[in-house]
Amino acid sequence: MLHIVNKSATERGSLESCLAMATKGSAVLLIEDAVYAVTNGSTAAAKIQAAAADLKIYALGPDLAARGMSGRVLDGVNVVDYGGFVDLVAEHNSCQSWL
Amino acid sequence: MSEMDEMDDGSGIVKKFMFLNRKAPHGTVYALEGLEVVLITAAFDQDVSMVFTDDGVYQLVKGVDTKGIEVKDFSKTYRALDGYDIEKLYVDQKSMDARGLTEEDLIVDVTVLSAGEMANLMAEQDIVISF
Amino acid sequence: MQLGILINEGPYTHQASDTAFLFARTAIEKGHTVPRVFFYHDGVNNSTRLATPPQDDRNVSARWSKLAAEHGVDLVVCVAAAQRRGITDDVLAPGYRISGLGQLVEMGIQYDRLVTFGD
Repeated sequence: MLHIVNKSATERGSLESCLAMATKGSAVLLIEDAVYAVTNGSTAAAKIQAAAADLKIYALGPDLAARGMSGRVLDGVNVVDYGGFVDLVAEHNSCQSWL
Repeated sequence: MSEMDEMDDGSGIVKKFMFLNRKAPHGTVYALEGLEVVLITAAFDQDVSMVFTDDGVYQLVKGVDTKGIEVKDFSKTYRALDGYDIEKLYVDQKSMDARGLTEEDLIVDVTVLSAGEMANLMAEQDIVISF
Repeated sequence: MQLGILINEGPYTHQASDTAFLFARTAIEKGHTVPRVFFYHDGVNNSTRLATPPQDDRNVSARWSKLAAEHGVDLVVCVAAAQRRGITDDVLAPGYRISGLGQLVEMGIQYDRLVTFGD
């Protein structure tokens, strides 16, 4: 299953709720303001790194770039473009947007 | 509402639809408009589950009085879900605990699940729509 | 693959409609089909032809219309949500139509995936 999170982890609890309910081996794609969570020094970084042991973590590159965060992405996070976003949706049987 | 009558897309396909409610009522419209989708989905004879997590558990609280804010009280609709054959209502234990709520506080009978059980339920769905 | 899209927020205030548009356009470029986009909640506000954003900004409603014209995407605006927000047939941009929630449920039943974009 693909989980999509779009809100900043310092503003909303959606990333935390998502990580609590994503089963082992699922993919989590961070888009829009959620991409701040996968940058060095963010308060969510430790949570992302811990989650990366069981989950595949992706972040949308154009959203990172638009926020000046391209150079600060945590190790172990896969940066994808919109094509990669489409592929993730196609590869997984279902997706859930944590609005 | 005529839209609530039996509907059929002609495909004969039955999918597992989960409606994940994570938001409190009234502050935003999502709970109310989300309920409308749930009722229509049931009219298509699909396999519907409703899940309440995070602030979504507040949607089910008893003793609501909306007269003072002059909006519709749609909490009674949750009690009518039975009539639409929507019987799978789940709430998240942790979300209830974090808000000081127990099953006694809720307007309908629900099944309380742990985060792990909820995760497995979600993973087996065909469609998950979150409001 | 057939990919359905649900948009729950209006243009400009939220990024949802922009992200959805770029997702849809890319999916079509990659050979998938996007047979229908469903607009719900404040998402119905994407459908108005009366919006006139500055020339150096994107025109959210018009680019959906263009995608619909070029690739046969059915742009469906929820009738109940539209009526609450003053969206009627008179204000619709080309390619949009107003219909019931059943159109959303059909997307879930018939398509391979349903992707939601919102707040």
